[in-house]
Amino acid sequence: MPPDAFARRYRVRKLTSGLMTFLCALSVVVALIPLAFILFFVLRQGVPALNWAFFTEMPKPVGETGGGMANAIVGTGILIGLAALVAVPIGVTCGVYITEFKTSRLSPAVRFAADILNGVPSIVIGVFAYAIAVLPFKRFSALAGGVALGVMMIPIIVRTTEELLALVPSSLREGALALGATRARAVATVILPAALPGIVTGVLVALARVAGETAPLLFTAFNNRFFSTSLDQPIGSLTVQIFTYAISPYEDWHRQAWAGATVLIAAVLLFSLLARAVTRRLERMHHG
Amino acid sequence: MAQSPTGRRQAGWADPLFRVGTGAVAVLVIAVVLGILAVLVNDSMLSVRKFGLSFWRTRVWDPVAGDFGALPFIWGTLYSSVLALLVAMPVALGIAIFLSELCPRWLRQPLAFLTELLAAIPSIVYGLWGIFVLAPAVRTLQVHTPDALRRTPFFSGPPLGVGMLAAALILAVMVIPFTATVAREILKAVPVSQREAAYALGATRWEAIRLAVHYGRIGILGAVMLGFGRALGETMAVTMVIGNNPQVALSLFAPQHTMAAVIANEFTEAADALYLNALVEIGLVLFLITVIINGLSRFLIWRMVRVRPTRVVAPVKVPLAA
Amino acid sequence: MNTILRQTGHVRALALIATTAVFTACSGGQTPPSGQAASPALPGQGAPAADGGGADQINGAGATFPYPIYSKWFSEYAKEHADVRINYQSIGSGGGIRQLTAQTVFFGATDGPMTDEQLKSAPGPILHLPTVLGAVVPVYNIPDFTGDLKFSGPLLADIYLGHVKKWNDAAIAKENPGVKLPAADIAVAHRSDGSGTTYIFVDFLSKVSPEFKQKVGVATSVNWPVGVGGKGNEGVAGLVKQTPGTIGYVELIYALQNKIPYGAVKNKAGTYLKASLESVTAAAAASAASMPADFRVSITDADGKDAYPISSYTWLLLYESPTDKAKGKKMVEFMRWAITDGEAYAKDLGYAPLPDSVVKLEQDALGKIKVQ
Repeated sequence: MPPDAFARRYRVRKLTSGLMTFLCALSVVVALIPLAFILFFVLRQGVPALNWAFFTEMPKPVGETGGGMANAIVGTGILIGLAALVAVPIGVTCGVYITEFKTSRLSPAVRFAADILNGVPSIVIGVFAYAIAVLPFKRFSALAGGVALGVMMIPIIVRTTEELLALVPSSLREGALALGATRARAVATVILPAALPGIVTGVLVALARVAGETAPLLFTAFNNRFFSTSLDQPIGSLTVQIFTYAISPYEDWHRQAWAGATVLIAAVLLFSLLARAVTRRLERMHHG
Repeated sequence: MAQSPTGRRQAGWADPLFRVGTGAVAVLVIAVVLGILAVLVNDSMLSVRKFGLSFWRTRVWDPVAGDFGALPFIWGTLYSSVLALLVAMPVALGIAIFLSELCPRWLRQPLAFLTELLAAIPSIVYGLWGIFVLAPAVRTLQVHTPDALRRTPFFSGPPLGVGMLAAALILAVMVIPFTATVAREILKAVPVSQREAAYALGATRWEAIRLAVHYGRIGILGAVMLGFGRALGETMAVTMVIGNNPQVALSLFAPQHTMAAVIANEFTEAADALYLNALVEIGLVLFLITVIINGLSRFLIWRMVRVRPTRVVAPVKVPLAA
Repeated sequence: MNTILRQTGHVRALALIATTAVFTACSGGQTPPSGQAASPALPGQGAPAADGGGADQINGAGATFPYPIYSKWFSEYAKEHADVRINYQSIGSGGGIRQLTAQTVFFGATDGPMTDEQLKSAPGPILHLPTVLGAVVPVYNIPDFTGDLKFSGPLLADIYLGHVKKWNDAAIAKENPGVKLPAADIAVAHRSDGSGTTYIFVDFLSKVSPEFKQKVGVATSVNWPVGVGGKGNEGVAGLVKQTPGTIGYVELIYALQNKIPYGAVKNKAGTYLKASLESVTAAAAASAASMPADFRVSITDADGKDAYPISSYTWLLLYESPTDKAKGKKMVEFMRWAITDGEAYAKDLGYAPLPDSVVKLEQDALGKIKVQ
């Protein structure tokens, strides 16, 4: 190519490069910043509405101002606790199976099933939970809500456990087995503890996700304007309460909905930071 | 703990029991997935038998007459998700490229964290923002649409604020951080050697990026499809801004409906068996569509990141679909 | 080897702390603060099934139409009877009927009476018990207009059929001579969920417009030709309030509590009336004498020059032979309180109390419920 044509071509290429780089940066500004703006908007609306009453009082009768979401906050806590109780044993055990018995025919099938489960829309999980946990017992209950959320958590925990167990150096496993441990003992006393922080991280991430779910709770846990901790009764939850308030016409309820959203975001943020801290610790341990 | 003096492990009951025990739980997970399918099929039998294939073609959703057709919901779901993807895809890709290639080091961690946080925000919060900020904003936009555009089928109808446009926008907003995170992972998995080779041959910044993107194109397609799958199944944020009117309309201003939204709205009230079965059948359709899309996308991503990631940070970045 | 063990030790400790933190945050380890029914319940620390100290909760679901007064009643009743906690979720009349039939709730509530088929498909006989009278009003939000509008039945039907599309349409002007309305599009709002309020509204529209009856029909959930769907009375009120140019239909109290303007409707005798205590009571008066034994009666488009045409009873639904007799007894006692003392709260919330003759009939009906 003659030198000037080359130089011209080069200029064009350089310009294109600059332009595309600029566009990518623009997409960050155009998208990420406004998205961050949503976050700040919610906080701006919600933080002034947070007061002591919000955290300690029950909802007031329709149309009256005041009251709070104490029952809903506790309800969400109970629901994710139940979900964890369902999902963690099942998910971790399943992950253990996939890792320990990689070559069995069941393993890829289970992994595939977990992936499918991960993609099922939350409303469909709600329909499923209604069929197995509400109808047979003829009642809406916290337990049914916990089951629905637990089913959603299982694939995340399976995936996390599986990936973390694979990270454990085989020298650990071989050492344990060489010392005469049974497979079960090796897993329980050596391998799992080594992977535990990562698994805990995965559990935290999964909890953060299901704490924000609304659809599966609509017809399982239903809702409850009273303070309730019994597992066989309907239970309020932060998300369903926010939904109920948001679509209503009452200004005070809107105010409380923003406050609820703020609490929800704070919880997600907390879990996220916690998960990150644990991951960084793990990173340091394996590389330090 | 059976031990012989030579250290050889004796046959015992512990290991087989361990295998069977954990295997049983693994089978349980498979059973749950099959159970979901079974429930959906079983509880939609009445509707499937009565309407057959015409269920998927009929526009009418008439609980009074007992006449049900899923076309408006399938239309609404696909229309809103495709629109959302058209908006979200270039933006998410741009963000992923920026974060993995162009970002100054000091900015990378905070921006990446921000993106992940935005991906983790519950949909109800987006829905809340949608009702009180997005819908009125869209309404203002609709009011100021020039009449020439108003006459086209895409922009006709009274300015309600809620409708297809609002739903597509909120879906885009929700899908962008998620897709960007996954796409970024894909780009990180592209071997450095590819980029180095490009620079060695005299490529500009953008050309090297293009090469990386091309290398990871299958995985990126998978990321986009994961985002699509998530948009398809999104319930709360959509039902709060889409207008809940089962109609097949081309107009962005028209209130419409989606499969997930109609189930959320009408499930607790479907008073007769046929109505309930029709709703569950919609759930079945939704389930099948999302399974196919997600399955396809996971396969594509797996093809791309074939070596199981040995990165320690893997757990936090697990793609959280739907 | 030592490093590995040390690392494992650290890892274990961290994991233990993190897990404990997570589960402590999740357990319901709080004493119930002051608020509603002061039940001395200490939450069972993770023990399932224990229903926290004696308080028996009765779950109900149904209409959003009477939700304001029901929530007031349950709250007031709980003040005097601390052992009765009634949890009512307003999910729409259709929902109430369905959940009651499926027996996932103990009682239902509806403003659209159950049809004969619905009653037949229930596991046991269900009683309709009228609680209050209410009115459905046409609410609107018109830019630059804050006055009162008049509607006739046929006009409302035409708007909801999509025939009348703009606020300055001649049909509206005819009912409202001298009123200047903008040339804005009418945005129609209706219910997206199964609703007794819808039932009352379409019942009226079907009576005054044969086209509406034929095209749309009467039920809790209909196939609306046009419009946006809102969830519950709250959703429709919210839609109207948020979006200029919208018309919707809601129970009177939702219009009052949210200060949304509502219009007057022309009744059978030709008078334009706004919904009020008196006009709703007048609508009920005509039929009170001939109240059927099962209380299922429609009072829309009633005779009488003072009768508001879109009025209705609203009913609480109870099984005649409930499975849980104790709960049945508590509900019967509550109902007796509601239709006597409870009616005093109706006025402030915009509902009309039941006519005396109806109360008497209902006391007899309540005796039929088998609580022994």
